[in-house]
Amino acid sequence: MKLLEVKELSIAFGKPEGNHLTAVDAISFSVDKGERLGIVGESGAGKSITGFSILNLLAKPGFIAGGNIFFKGRDLTKLSEDEMRTIRGNEISMIFQDPMVTLNPVLTIGEQIIEVILAHKDVSYDVARTMAIDALRKVYIPSPEQRLQQYPHEFSGGMRQRIIIAIALVTSPQLIIADEPTTALDVTIQAEIMQLLLHLCEVEKMSLILVTHDLGVVSQVTQQIAVMYAGTIVEMGATESIVLNPSHPYTKGLLNSLPEKADKKTGRLHQISGTMPSLAEIPKGCPFYDRCGVREDICKKKRPLLEKYNDVLMACFVR
Amino acid sequence: MVAFIVKRVIQACIVMVIVSCIAFAVKYSFGDPTRDMLGMSASAEARAELRTQLGLDKPVFEQWIVFVGNVLRGNLGDSYFYREPAMDVILSRLPATVELVCMATLIIVCVAIPAGVYVACNPSSLISKTIMLISMLGVSIPVFLTSMFLIYVFSIQLNLFPSFGRGEPVEILGFWTTNFTTFSNFLHILLPSLALSSIMFPLFVRITRSDMKEALTSEYVRYAQAKGLSRKRIVWRHAFRNTLLPLVTIGGVQVGTMVAFTILTESVFQWQGLGYMFIEAVSRADTGLLVAYLLFTSFIFVTINTLVDIIYTFIDPTITIKGN
Repeated sequence: MKLLEVKELSIAFGKPEGNHLTAVDAISFSVDKGERLGIVGESGAGKSITGFSILNLLAKPGFIAGGNIFFKGRDLTKLSEDEMRTIRGNEISMIFQDPMVTLNPVLTIGEQIIEVILAHKDVSYDVARTMAIDALRKVYIPSPEQRLQQYPHEFSGGMRQRIIIAIALVTSPQLIIADEPTTALDVTIQAEIMQLLLHLCEVEKMSLILVTHDLGVVSQVTQQIAVMYAGTIVEMGATESIVLNPSHPYTKGLLNSLPEKADKKTGRLHQISGTMPSLAEIPKGCPFYDRCGVREDICKKKRPLLEKYNDVLMACFVR
Repeated sequence: MVAFIVKRVIQACIVMVIVSCIAFAVKYSFGDPTRDMLGMSASAEARAELRTQLGLDKPVFEQWIVFVGNVLRGNLGDSYFYREPAMDVILSRLPATVELVCMATLIIVCVAIPAGVYVACNPSSLISKTIMLISMLGVSIPVFLTSMFLIYVFSIQLNLFPSFGRGEPVEILGFWTTNFTTFSNFLHILLPSLALSSIMFPLFVRITRSDMKEALTSEYVRYAQAKGLSRKRIVWRHAFRNTLLPLVTIGGVQVGTMVAFTILTESVFQWQGLGYMFIEAVSRADTGLLVAYLLFTSFIFVTINTLVDIIYTFIDPTITIKGN
């Protein structure tokens, strides 16, 4: 049994029984124990809401329109709010995008770590405090005892993200969902935070879902990659296969847009022309049709399904 | 922290100096107290004598110096009507108003703020809609109408509460008269304080609601949910804690404003407090007492505002840094 198995998950915005727009359309993926999966795509592809939907934390009017999310065999979409609460922050932790707004500005760091321990573990306050200090030490926060009494504004962005990692780890979850954990940080800090996260996942044998638009980051950290486009997974497979030998035209385009692939003579960066279709205008056929360089007639008529191609899964007719 | 407090106190002093100038201008230029005190038929000599006695014949600047000097020593001048120090008159009426304002504040803190939190958490429930409707009515109806409505319903029709006065307030500690020691006195204070709070009630419901709504959609609340915390903890510890900041600032100022609204409430309920005294003083052209009232309430206002600023630093940890 896989640790997490997402089957045909659809997410929509609007009224379940009325008008709604489908943002994520029947995607399936799985994460094994100790495995690290990267979900990559551009803004609006549906990767962040996929992450939030696993913990049933979609902001209104978003809702899960179909499919199942099996975590250790239990279907998370069928759990009550109280049952869900015992999983959030305990068995599955999240790391949010912007550490400057994630921590509560009026509560001390200590309280914000200790509260999550007390919410899930049957321990005394003193034990929880010791656990909090240990967690801060693991993410290299100097003199954690004193730091517990400080407020978020007394820390830099990088330090705050490390505190958020500490909060995610302190309950020893089996899975961490990190939603663009380095996007809001300085470039110099990004690598440091990513290394720390990778190291801790390896040491604690935790699974990781890394949601990001940064292919460079994903290729260094994850073993599996799912590339999302307009609410669907267009290519999925081992990181190496996808980064070294991309199959789907969109993945090829993404990798070709990296700065190191810039035109040697002119120094110009490559780009995928056009923009992703809005939720209201997703075509019946292949969603990438308008921007695709190798499109054929069939692509406009039929939606390609995610099928085996070489050693990856790909949703494209042109092979 | 200390620097911040010192700065605020200096600012408060500057405001008080300006107030003293205005108060003095009022005292110097409005009405002729001698006529009211001696009557229309008094002789010119008798009036001149009284003027000298009251120091009204000296040059303006000299009068101002004497005035400020007296104020600093706690002497706010005399009431022309009562013929006794204005400060004594004010202090004898003060407990009534303070208790009224405290009771109204208590009602707001215990009812309006939780109501605002409830409305923010359950925006579409029937109870929320009722609360919002009542608060809309409260803000649109003037306080004297609310007072009369309360008297009509609860005193005349239902006969539950007395319709006017303080009852027989008990003197405690030698200087304070209170309505809180006996049940019948407590009944006396309920209606006036309800009327007084009605004007601030909607405001507090709305401030609490909008700030709570903002806090509940914030990223840190979403994060608190992702941490698997209980709803109770998310609402009260994470969201409400952040709405305390605007509530204390606006709330502090509004409690000051309520002192002003006591004029209407106290008149309707014949409540022997500062507001009632003020109305009496106006009709008697008792400038001495009016000026003393002006100085005294300004002092209370400025003190409350300064205290609010200082309390603010304890609630919002980021302010201390700026203060340094």
